[in-house]
Amino acid sequence: MISIDCELAGVPLSNPILAASGTFGFGKPYADLYPLRKLGGIVSKGLTLNPRPGNTGTRLYETPSGIMNSIGLENPGIRAFLDSELSEMASHGTAVIVNLGGGTLCEYTEGAELLTEASLKLQAAGKRAIDMIELNISCPNIKEGGLAFGVENEQAQAVVRAVRRATALPLLVKLSPGARDLKEMARMCEAEGADGLSLINTIQAMAIDIRERRSVFDRAYAGLSGPAIKPIALRMVHQVARSVSIPVVGIGGISCAEDILEFIMAGAAAVQIGTFNFINLRAGDTLAEELIQLMDREGIPSLDDIRGII
Amino acid sequence: MALVIQNVKLAHRIYRLTIQGSYSARMGQFFMLRCWDTYPVLSRPISVHNLTEDSVSFLYRVHGTGTWLLSALQAGDKIQLEGPFGQGFPEPQGRTALVGGGIGAAPLLLAAKEIPDASVYLGYTSVPFGVTGFHEISRNVTVKSGGTIVDAVDPSRYDTIFACGPVGMMHSLAQKTESTNAELHISVEKRMGCGIGVCNSCTVTSAGKSRKVCTDGPVFPAKEVNWNDLHRL
Ligand SMILES: Cc1cc2nc3c(=O)[nH]c(=O)nc-3n(C[C@H](O)[C@H](O)[C@H](O)COP(=O)(O)OP(=O)(O)OC[C@H]3O[C@@H](n4cnc5c(N)ncnc54)[C@H](O)[C@@H]3O)c2cc1C
Ligand SMILES: Cc1cc2nc3c(=O)[nH]c(=O)nc-3n(C[C@H](O)[C@H](O)[C@H](O)COP(=O)(O)O)c2cc1C
Ligand code: FES
Repeated sequence: MISIDCELAGVPLSNPILAASGTFGFGKPYADLYPLRKLGGIVSKGLTLNPRPGNTGTRLYETPSGIMNSIGLENPGIRAFLDSELSEMASHGTAVIVNLGGGTLCEYTEGAELLTEASLKLQAAGKRAIDMIELNISCPNIKEGGLAFGVENEQAQAVVRAVRRATALPLLVKLSPGARDLKEMARMCEAEGADGLSLINTIQAMAIDIRERRSVFDRAYAGLSGPAIKPIALRMVHQVARSVSIPVVGIGGISCAEDILEFIMAGAAAVQIGTFNFINLRAGDTLAEELIQLMDREGIPSLDDIRGII
Repeated sequence: MALVIQNVKLAHRIYRLTIQGSYSARMGQFFMLRCWDTYPVLSRPISVHNLTEDSVSFLYRVHGTGTWLLSALQAGDKIQLEGPFGQGFPEPQGRTALVGGGIGAAPLLLAAKEIPDASVYLGYTSVPFGVTGFHEISRNVTVKSGGTIVDAVDPSRYDTIFACGPVGMMHSLAQKTESTNAELHISVEKRMGCGIGVCNSCTVTSAGKSRKVCTDGPVFPAKEVNWNDLHRL
């Protein structure tokens, strides 16, 4: 009997496959396509304290084996999420992870406080609430903070410390591939009390419209994701997993069960599926089953047997 | 996975793809299509052209890699489609005109079937295509090659106008309609990641609010759109 259930930051998961932030909304439209309990968990669209309108101009561009996005964290704000999305998001029988973004330190901490308060209230009423916060210090698409927080260790430290103080919920910190020293940043997050790390966010990239002689995107650069970034993500997960003892969630271009095993072998405790949800809107319906079948063929009884063996 | 029944070339770069299956869709809705593995990454949004009890068909123009791969499909091949998505055209009020520019004719055939007494205007840069289907349904079809089809439409004769085509064509139709009582609804295009409202890639401003083409559209009241949003995909 092959088992793929696991634990992440103290939260039990039915399998290690989570849906990545920004590619799954709050789960709703996918729930019409398949039962979301087939996923280990879902990560919400990046939320900020106040609603954000997102970026102007082109927001999406396809590249060979990847996509670039410049959404700019368009989201309804944390209050609207709590009022009209959370209860449904928590009704699918799968772990609920809220991705928290922000432009300023204050915005991050206030957001974390609101989420924590609401979650504790729901729990007190015996309801499933927010299982984890994923702190996004790495969104490359917003002007004020975002990537800046994810690049320099000192800035990142300030955010992680403040948010850690503001919440008792299990805390994942999502790292940017643009960090100046990724291993150093990972160790800093561990020291500041993060319960886990997730990586990678999109890679800053560019496309130029040669006829218009301008960048395709109003904000010049955008974030690259999809199969194209998998080898880079895998290398980074490998480096980080060897540098810390908290669990690492591997993200980047994962498109099949084989990819998942690669990330687990590189040291990931769990993985997130992002762009692949667009390639196959029903990806989450079958990936866990495909993972079990693959492990069966490869003679792998449990993920623990191969985790971090490379 | 669905089965391709037919994929016929109607004109230079223009194909009609018919897929087996019983689908229900409203006029103006679209499907996300793909007949390849992970390259290209994204599925392609294509409007429903026609529906029968056991098939759905699409009229498309070969533009780049994705539509080129679609054009190579043959009867018996497999294709993935998800949908129908979007809101489609609203219930028409009163006298109705359907105005298509080039491949913009695609979603109008289903509309012509649902609104049998609508006047149909189809404009083409050169050789018309897909016109037979319209003639079979409607006695009131105007086809124009070269020039702009907008010249052939007198908006003051209609209460409702549905249009699909190049942004410039729809914009000039909107300007012509402005001084009349006709309600113009246009089908717009944006690059789409998911097609189901989760990625926020396809947003446009309508009535001052951020709206998603895939779930709130692709049809919007022409009065409410910000035309600047539509010139760049
Ligand atoms: C709601 C909707 C309905 C559509 N219905 C039809 C139809 O019935 N018939 C038809 O021929 N075409 C239709 N289109 C346009 C069609 O989706 C594009 O022509 C197609 O995606 C181009 O893909 P490609 O790989 O051939 O071109 P490429 O230029 O190689 O595509 C590169 C990327 O840009 C995107 N893209 C390029 N052009 C468009 C476009 N006009 N709109 C949206 N995304 C685009 C592609 O999806 C892809 O992600 C529709 C578009 C939308 C949004
Ligand atoms: C359209 C889109 C929107 C995204 N929005 C967010 C976001 O709000 N917050 C976040 O932390 N990551 C966001 N991401 C990054 C993904 O969660 C993920 O880290 C990245 O896409 C790499 O994984 P993938 O290659 O599997 O897509 C977004 C990605 C995409 C494609
Ligand atoms: S295509 Fe993803 S929100 Fe419209």
